[in-house]
Amino acid sequence: MITKRIIPCLDVKDGRVVKGVNFLGLADVSSPVKLAEYYSRCGADELVFYDITASAEGRTLFTDILREAASTIFIPLTVGGGINTVEDFDRVLKCGADKVSVNSGAIKDPQLIFDAAKRYGSQCVVLSVDAKRVDGHYRVFAKGGREDTGMDAIEWIKKGVDLGAGELVLNSIDTDGVKQGFDLEMLAAACDAVSIPVIASGGAGGIGDFVTLFKTLPKVDAGLAASIFHFGEVTIDDLKNTLSENDILVRR
Amino acid sequence: MIAIIDYGVGNLFSLQSSFSMIGADAAVTGDPAVIRSADRIILPGVGAFEDAAKKLREAGLDQVVRQEAADGKYILGICLGMQLLFDESHEFGVHPGLGLIPGKVVDMGPVIGPGLKVPHIGWNALHLTKPDHPLWRYIRPEDCVYFVHSYYAAECDNAVLATAEYGASLTAAVGKDNVLGCQFHPEKSGPVGLNILRAFCEMR
Repeated sequence: MITKRIIPCLDVKDGRVVKGVNFLGLADVSSPVKLAEYYSRCGADELVFYDITASAEGRTLFTDILREAASTIFIPLTVGGGINTVEDFDRVLKCGADKVSVNSGAIKDPQLIFDAAKRYGSQCVVLSVDAKRVDGHYRVFAKGGREDTGMDAIEWIKKGVDLGAGELVLNSIDTDGVKQGFDLEMLAAACDAVSIPVIASGGAGGIGDFVTLFKTLPKVDAGLAASIFHFGEVTIDDLKNTLSENDILVRR
Repeated sequence: MIAIIDYGVGNLFSLQSSFSMIGADAAVTGDPAVIRSADRIILPGVGAFEDAAKKLREAGLDQVVRQEAADGKYILGICLGMQLLFDESHEFGVHPGLGLIPGKVVDMGPVIGPGLKVPHIGWNALHLTKPDHPLWRYIRPEDCVYFVHSYYAAECDNAVLATAEYGASLTAAVGKDNVLGCQFHPEKSGPVGLNILRAFCEMR
């Protein structure tokens, strides 16, 4: 049977890896290529490169780094950040990305999901959703969690799947950076709503949080985290050993 | 030299990088002359069967691949490239393939049963049905490889080299003489995948 995936996420700005806590206060971590090589060697099942650069120069630097990483790392690579058009898909896929994640670009123009899925296949289109509780409902936030779109998160996720998204990354703004565990309640609601793979993001503070995630929600396919891996608080090896001891199937 | 056939389907960057990583000389090409002069051929592919088969045919490369296969050249189809090796696919209608390996490509939905997601996406263990096959020279039974697919090859029992459990035993790799195929992506399967490509390069 298929294994649960552990996915480190690298936020890349101006050629360096950074990590936002509650999407604020960026601190430099390391070289994206070196970090990607390290994770690949240590048994990460997949990597996410998230481009948080705004400038055109930064974007060129990002694609150079992506190409360098993709030519040395032989595990699936997802790229997100600044994906607004099918041409943006083309740009990163040509540099070695396997999947492309859309967020604000798809909120602005949902047709992007359909057009990209038609051209590259659903397996290539990852819908990334930043959601937060507002008045007792899960609300979609855009622009790196800064802008309340007023959209209901579960409705948006369903719509994204109908349009052709092949995977969902659900990031809870409520638990992101807090390190008290994944947002199980929000993830359960998403798992009930869709039948595509769901990747949990936001809130991992330690190995136990991944065990709880996969034990409580067997429908969740993968756990994504950044800082706990970058700062060496959790090694992929220790994490996988513990998951395995808890009868959760992982790639060794 | 290994020819990675470029017929406008999918991204060949990772495949080329993989061969470069294992020290093999590989060229991405759609030129029949280059393909004919190669020692080995990789037939890649992602997306829909009908579209890929059409593109291969329109480029005249279906005949090139058939001829090279008949001449005994080693050919490895990857993912949709593996599916193209079969007689036919039932993905959105019935479409003819290259007919190099008997069997047909069908929807996995009805055989894997309810409760499992389609596509079959992620890392899954290889059950080696022919463990002594040279393609498996450098890997261990139950090593994990990376899959992304919704259709699988059926009625090809004699050619099956490995399967993966996903509600059913899905065909993971096939081989008939010099024609080989893997449903998973060796170029995305870490060291295990690179070792499979290395074994392919050494087959003779």
